[in-house]
Amino acid sequence: MAHDKSPVAGNGLFDRRFFLKAGVAGSATLMSAAASPAERPAWMRAPGAPMSPSGEPSEHEAHVQRRPIGSHPGTTGTGAARTPLELLDGVITPSRLHFERHHSGIPAIDPDEHRLVIHGLVDRPLSFSLEALSRYQHVSRIQFLECTGNSGASIAPEPVQASCGAIHGLVSASEWGGVPLSVLLQEAGIKASGKWIIAAGADAAAMSRSVPVEKALDDAIVALYQNGERLRPSNGYPMRLFLPGWEGNMSVKWLRTLKVVDQPAMTKDETSKYSDLQADGVARLFTFPIGVKSVITSPSPGLTMGEAGIYQVSGIAWSGAGRIRRVEVSADGGKSWADAALDEHIMSKCLTRFRSAWRWDGSPAVILSRATDEAGNVQPTRDAVLEGRANGAFYHYNGIQAWRVGADGEISNVYA
Amino acid sequence: MFTRNAVFMVIAASCLLATGSIVADDNPRLGEAVSSAEIARMDFTVLPNGDGLPGGSGTAAAGALVYQQNCLACHGTAGKDGPNDSLVGGIGSLVTEQPQKTVGSYWPYATTLFDYVRRAMPYQAPGSLSDDDVYAVTAYILYLNDIVGEDDRLDAETLPEVRMPNRENFVWAYAPD
Repeated sequence: MAHDKSPVAGNGLFDRRFFLKAGVAGSATLMSAAASPAERPAWMRAPGAPMSPSGEPSEHEAHVQRRPIGSHPGTTGTGAARTPLELLDGVITPSRLHFERHHSGIPAIDPDEHRLVIHGLVDRPLSFSLEALSRYQHVSRIQFLECTGNSGASIAPEPVQASCGAIHGLVSASEWGGVPLSVLLQEAGIKASGKWIIAAGADAAAMSRSVPVEKALDDAIVALYQNGERLRPSNGYPMRLFLPGWEGNMSVKWLRTLKVVDQPAMTKDETSKYSDLQADGVARLFTFPIGVKSVITSPSPGLTMGEAGIYQVSGIAWSGAGRIRRVEVSADGGKSWADAALDEHIMSKCLTRFRSAWRWDGSPAVILSRATDEAGNVQPTRDAVLEGRANGAFYHYNGIQAWRVGADGEISNVYA
Repeated sequence: MFTRNAVFMVIAASCLLATGSIVADDNPRLGEAVSSAEIARMDFTVLPNGDGLPGGSGTAAAGALVYQQNCLACHGTAGKDGPNDSLVGGIGSLVTEQPQKTVGSYWPYATTLFDYVRRAMPYQAPGSLSDDDVYAVTAYILYLNDIVGEDDRLDAETLPEVRMPNRENFVWAYAPD
């Protein structure tokens, strides 16, 4: 098993089974350590704090917050706040840290007054209260949500120097629970001419998107729960549309109306915003599934390396096409790659956590990750993503991210 | 009573059992009927073919005042140089190094402008404009882009007929089944 302890790719990257072996050696060391004389830190000398109605993070983790919070001029509620990816592990985003992107603030909805109305090309227009929806058979799935504008800073001519979360933090994952939309549509009865559904929210912008009926009948849900509790207001309380694997803007929050029609409405967001302008002047509409993507969250900008030695390289990978099959990591700027270990729970249209062991020799290095999904899609390079795009076209960016680790331990954004 | 319907139901049930795919209808069917009047109050959707457009009408000449009172602070004098999105100009810029995406240069459908203004604008008081005002300010923004004339009257008939300059430059990345 000696090969497990030798680097398998350039500049000190180990085999994906490295941690398994290192763990055994670590345990042995602990067991043989001499017992120290009994001594108590301050928090062991008296009983601790009482129970409380709601668990909060440690005061030492107060810096783990959504950021940066940016809003449009003259508004406080139109803009985004991002998940601090570099400070988190695993794949489930704590609800309080789930990214938020709003188009006219967060509405203060009275759940007793709120209704979801399905109308248009249906046999029976129907209205559902939250209480009614709560009685249906629910499903729950652990899946990612990504804003179409995520990582858009990566198109800048020079690498933007900001934390990993500030650049890539418009992606999060949660356990979403609710009613399959197909059940409600079946109850209303879609007419044969119904091909699209215009979903609109109960926010001040009545934010709206056109959703193909096929997707609505496939895996869409009307979500009422996030990570086991009712949705947070910033994620659509009391109900939101959730379209697994598709661009986040379509998962309309504070869902109020679903109008079945025979054509897309060409709403402001789907035409003038989340479309992709090409260099030849042609713009692509309706790029719905999220492309295969990954990013190293540790080490990453916002964190600092200590002394030379063995480090965990860890990150997240995801794809709108299904499961992540493989993540490769490079520590020599992309010249050589090693397979990363994938955490056990590899779920469709969810974040997948990957980890590699890396012996950093203390000299400057460039680290990258490259994901492949179960459909065989491979995460493209930045150059490949930008090929043929118009200047400034930043939506749907899924290029490979490179981080530079400096000799001083500082980590920066680079284009490899 | 063994009616014809009952016979049919028994046969239908047998078929489902035979195929092993019983549609266990666990749908509690709690949706309540909703009146068209109630739907009309909630529905802001306007389709490119004009479906959903209300009565009323407006011209750019009338829309100038609506714009100055409700839009200018964010979108600037004459629809540009404001702190938020430019609405005017940039026609022909999309193939240059500095594409400017405005209503005039980029938006494929004029109906989208009415839909969006009626559902979401003005930002601080959405829903405060009358349908005539929405038609008028839509006409004004199109007029500033040289797409309609100052006295052209926009209504449910004429708005869907407005041809946006960039209409033909959109392709679909999604292919419906």
